[in-house]
Amino acid sequence: MKRQVELKNHQREIYYFRLRLAVSVGFALLLLMTLLLRFMYLQVIRHGHYQTLAESNRISIVPIVPNRGLILDRNGVVLAHNFSGYTLEITPSKLLDLDATIDALSGLVQITAKDRKRFKKLLVESHDFESLMIRNRLSDEEVARFAAQQYRFPGVEIKARLFRDYPDSDITSHLIGYIGRINQTDVDQLEENELAANYRGSDYIGKTGLEQSYETELHGTTGVEQVEVDSAGRAVRILSRTPPISGNTLVLSIDAKLQEIAEQAFGKYRGALIAIDPNNGEILAFISKPGYDPSLFVDGIDPQSWDELNNSPDVPLNNRALRGQYPPGSTIKPFMALAGLNYKIRSPSYTISDPGYFTLPGSTHQYRDWKKGGHGSVDMFKAIVVSCDTYFYGLATELGIDNIFEFLSRFGFGKKTGIDLEGETSGLLPSQDWKMKRYKQKWYAGDTVSVGIGQGYNLVTPMQLAYATATLANNGVSFRPHLVREVRSARSNENKLISVQPGKLNIDPAQLDLIKRAMVAVTQPGGTAAQAAAGAPYQIAGKTGTAQVVAMKQGESYNADKIDERHRDHAWFISFAPAEQPRLALVVLVENGGHGGSTAAPIARKVFDYYLLGIIPKPLADEADNGDSQHD
Amino acid sequence: MIRRQLWRRLIAHIDPVLMSGVGLLLLTSLLVLYSASDGNWLRVLSQGTNILVALVFMWIVANLPLHYLIRTALPIYLLGMLLLVGVALFGEISHGARRWLDIGVITIQPSELMKIGVPLMMAWYFEKHEATLTLKNYFIATLLLLVPVVLIARQPDLGTALLILASGFYVLFLAGLSWRVMGVLLAAAIASAPVLWSMLHDYQQHRILMLLDPTQDALGKGYHTIQGMIAVGSGGIFGKGFLNGTQTHLDFLPERTTDFIFAVYAEEFGFIGSFLLLSLYLFVIARGLIITANASTYFTRLMSGSITLTFTTYAFVNMGMVSGILPVVGVPLPLISYGGTSMLTLMVGIGMLMCIETHKKLVKT
Repeated sequence: MKRQVELKNHQREIYYFRLRLAVSVGFALLLLMTLLLRFMYLQVIRHGHYQTLAESNRISIVPIVPNRGLILDRNGVVLAHNFSGYTLEITPSKLLDLDATIDALSGLVQITAKDRKRFKKLLVESHDFESLMIRNRLSDEEVARFAAQQYRFPGVEIKARLFRDYPDSDITSHLIGYIGRINQTDVDQLEENELAANYRGSDYIGKTGLEQSYETELHGTTGVEQVEVDSAGRAVRILSRTPPISGNTLVLSIDAKLQEIAEQAFGKYRGALIAIDPNNGEILAFISKPGYDPSLFVDGIDPQSWDELNNSPDVPLNNRALRGQYPPGSTIKPFMALAGLNYKIRSPSYTISDPGYFTLPGSTHQYRDWKKGGHGSVDMFKAIVVSCDTYFYGLATELGIDNIFEFLSRFGFGKKTGIDLEGETSGLLPSQDWKMKRYKQKWYAGDTVSVGIGQGYNLVTPMQLAYATATLANNGVSFRPHLVREVRSARSNENKLISVQPGKLNIDPAQLDLIKRAMVAVTQPGGTAAQAAAGAPYQIAGKTGTAQVVAMKQGESYNADKIDERHRDHAWFISFAPAEQPRLALVVLVENGGHGGSTAAPIARKVFDYYLLGIIPKPLADEADNGDSQHD
Repeated sequence: MIRRQLWRRLIAHIDPVLMSGVGLLLLTSLLVLYSASDGNWLRVLSQGTNILVALVFMWIVANLPLHYLIRTALPIYLLGMLLLVGVALFGEISHGARRWLDIGVITIQPSELMKIGVPLMMAWYFEKHEATLTLKNYFIATLLLLVPVVLIARQPDLGTALLILASGFYVLFLAGLSWRVMGVLLAAAIASAPVLWSMLHDYQQHRILMLLDPTQDALGKGYHTIQGMIAVGSGGIFGKGFLNGTQTHLDFLPERTTDFIFAVYAEEFGFIGSFLLLSLYLFVIARGLIITANASTYFTRLMSGSITLTFTTYAFVNMGMVSGILPVVGVPLPLISYGGTSMLTLMVGIGMLMCIETHKKLVKT
C-alpha cells in the first residue's frame, strides 16, 4: 500500500517535472527566437544603415589641398607665390601644461613674445584638438634641433607647409592683399555659397585685395584621397585618389616696375596713384601709400602689430586708391566745362570778366576765386588753364544740379567703377534727391556753386577719377578698369584673356578737343602744372586740383605754413599722355600735399617718363618736397 | 582487436549526438578565432590546447559513476565557498575587481568553480530531501544559492553573479518551486530593484544605462555596443567573407577574441552564418533537454536541466549583448570565445550531461 503511494507520487513527480521541462523548452526557444529576430533586424532589415556606419568607420576621406595660384605682373614678375617651409605646431588637447611646453620649446627654437601672443590668439579662435602653429619658417638648424628632442614633446610636431609669400609686398600690399586663416565668418560664407566642400582641409582664404576678389580662381580644386583607416585613425591603405587641381595663375595688367617707380616717387608723402591704359581699361599701377606688411596677417596678426597698424595716424590699412573719398577740387573742371558745352550753356568763346569773386543774383555772399582780384577776361580755355573758379561758379549755377548730376554720372562719378577688387566705395555725386534723403532739405542754388569747383558735397575716389580721366583721354569711350589681364589655368592651356567691352559716351569730338587742348595748356608755360612738365618730349594733358581738408571761414585766407600738416589741402593731378594719342591716364593724389601742380604733378611726370621713355628716376628721397610757389 | 576494444572503452560514455554538436562549435571556435586574432596561429594553438584540456576533463567527468558525481557536490560547494571568502579577504585586485585568488603557483577564480558548484549543491540537496520536500527545503536551497551569489556580486562581478543566480533558479524551478512563490519572489525582486541599483558600482550602473541608449556615449562606454552592432549589421545576409570583416581587421571591435567574438563571426558570415550558429546551439540545447527528459533520478534531472538551461542563457546573454539588446556584462560565447577557464567549466558541464545520459541504464537496474 505504502509502496503504491510512493509509486503514484513518483509518477506525479515525473509528470510535474515534464511540465516544468516543457516550460523550459519554451523558454529556450523564446531566447533563441529573440536572437534570431534581432539578427534579422540588424543584418537584413537595417543592413544598409550598419553597412554605411561600417564604411564610414573604415574609410576616411582625406582632402588634399591644392596649391594656390600665383599672381604675376604683366611681364611675368612674381607678386605672390608659395614656398614650402617648416612650422612648429602644437595640438593643445594633447598637452598637460601648455605654457610649460612652450617655455621648454623656446629653449630649442626661438619663440618671441609676438609668437606667443599670436599663438594665444589662435588658441582662442580654434578648437583644442586642432594643430596650431607656434612658429613658422623654421630654419634647418631649428628643425634639426627640435627633431632630436621631439620625444620630449608629445603633441608638438614639425609640419611641412606651403607658405604664401609676397616678394614686393612693400609696393603691392593694397593691390594683392593677403590670405589669412579661415575664420567662422569665412566658414559661414563658404557654406552659404556651397563652397565649403572645396575648402575641406584648406586653412587659408583670401582676405583682402586680389587674393580676396579672385579667391575662386586662386584656390584651386581640392583633391580627395579615400584612405582605409583602423580604429586609431592610422591609414592602412589608399583606396582611391583624386589629385587636386592647382589654383589658376593670375596675370595682372600691373607693371611691377612702373608700380615701384610710382611708389618711390611719392617719397614720404601719403596718397594714391592709379595708372590706366585708356585704350582698354588695364590698370598699370595701383598705389595706396603707406602700405603694410601683409605677411603679418597670414598666420594671424599678433595684437601688438595690429594695434600699431590700426591706430597709426597714417591709416596704412586704408586702401586710399579704392576706398578713399575726397573732394575732387579743380580736377572736376574739365568735366564741368564739357557739361557746359554739351548742354550748350557755354560756347567756347563765351567770356566773363572775373572780379575775383562770384555772387548769386539777389545775394551778397561772395564765392571767392583762389586768385585775389581775379583773372580778368576769361573764356573756357583760359578758365581751365588758370583754373578760374569764378568762371565755373557761374557755369555750374547755370547748368543746375540736375544737368551736372546727369552728365557727371556718365563719367562714372557717384558710382563704383566695377574694378575687379572688392571693397570699392562709390564716392558721392550729389543730387536733389540725395540731399532730400540725406538731410531732409531741398537743394539750394548755393549748393550748386561750390559743386562747380569740386568743393561742395561731391566726393570722389582716386579710382573714379582715374576712370573718368581715362574715358576723357579715350574720347568718351570707356572701359571698366581692371587689374587682371589673364587667368592661366594650371591644368592645360585653358587660358582666359580678360577683355572688357567698351562703353560709348557719345560726346561731340569738337567739344572734347577743346577740353583736351586746354588740359595740354595746363602743362605748358602759364598753366598750373607747367613746371612739372617742363622739358618733356611728349605732351601731357592734365589738370591740377586741391581738396580742402579744413573748411575756411568767409574772408579767411589759406596759409599752409600756419596749418597743422594733417590739415593741409590734398593735392590732385589728373593727366594723360601723350596728349594726342594717350597711352596712359594717371591720377595722383597726395594727401596734405598742398598744391597739385607742385607735389602731385611731378610724381605723374616721373611715371610718364618711365612709361613713355623708359627713364628710371634717380633715387628720390626729399624731392617731392614742396618749395615752389606755383598755385592750383 | 585490442585497439578496437580500447576505442570502444574510450567512447563508451561519450554521447555521440551531443559530441557532434559540441565538436562543431569547437571547430567554429578555432576558425573564428583565426580571423579574430588576425591570423595569429599562436592564439589558435593556445585555444586548441584549452579545448584539449577541456575535452580530457569532459571525458573524465563523463566516465565518473553517477554516485561519484553526487558525492562531489558538497566538497566542491564548500571549497568554493571557502575560496570566495578567501577572495573577499585576500583576493588579487585586477581591473578594479577582486576576483582572483593567488595560491602560490596559479591564480584561480572561485566564481568559475561555483558555476558548477552551486547547481550541483542544490541538486544534491533536493535529491537528499526528495521524499519530504516542503517550502522550508526550497528556502534553504535558495539560501545555498544566494550566499555565493551575493559574495560574487560584491567582488564585484555582477555578470557571473546573475548567471549563477539563473542556474540556481533553474534548479529551483525544475525542482517544482510553486508558481505562487515564484510570483512573490518576482514581486519582491522588482520592489527591491531601486535598493539594488543604489548598491551597484558606478561602472555597473553606467553599463546598464548605456544599454538604454548606447549612442549617448559613443566613444566612451557605448563604444563596445555600437561597434558590435555595426559589425553584426554590416555583415548583411551573406557576410563579408572569412577574414574580410572590416570592423574586425581594422581594430574597431573591442574584445574580439573573447566576449565580442560573435560580432566577428556575424560580420564575416552574415545572417546565414548567424542562423546556422543559432541552429547549432539549438541542436546542443535540444540534446541537453532530451537528456534531461530521459534522466532517471531526481538529482540527474535537476542537474542536466540546469546545465542545459544555463548553457542556453550564456549563449543568449552573450549574443544579446553583442547585438545590443542586453548590457555588456562580460559573458563569453559558450564553447567559442577564447579562454581556458570558461571552456573548462562548460565542458565539465557537457561531461556531466554525458555522464547522466550514459549511466542512466545502470542506475535503473
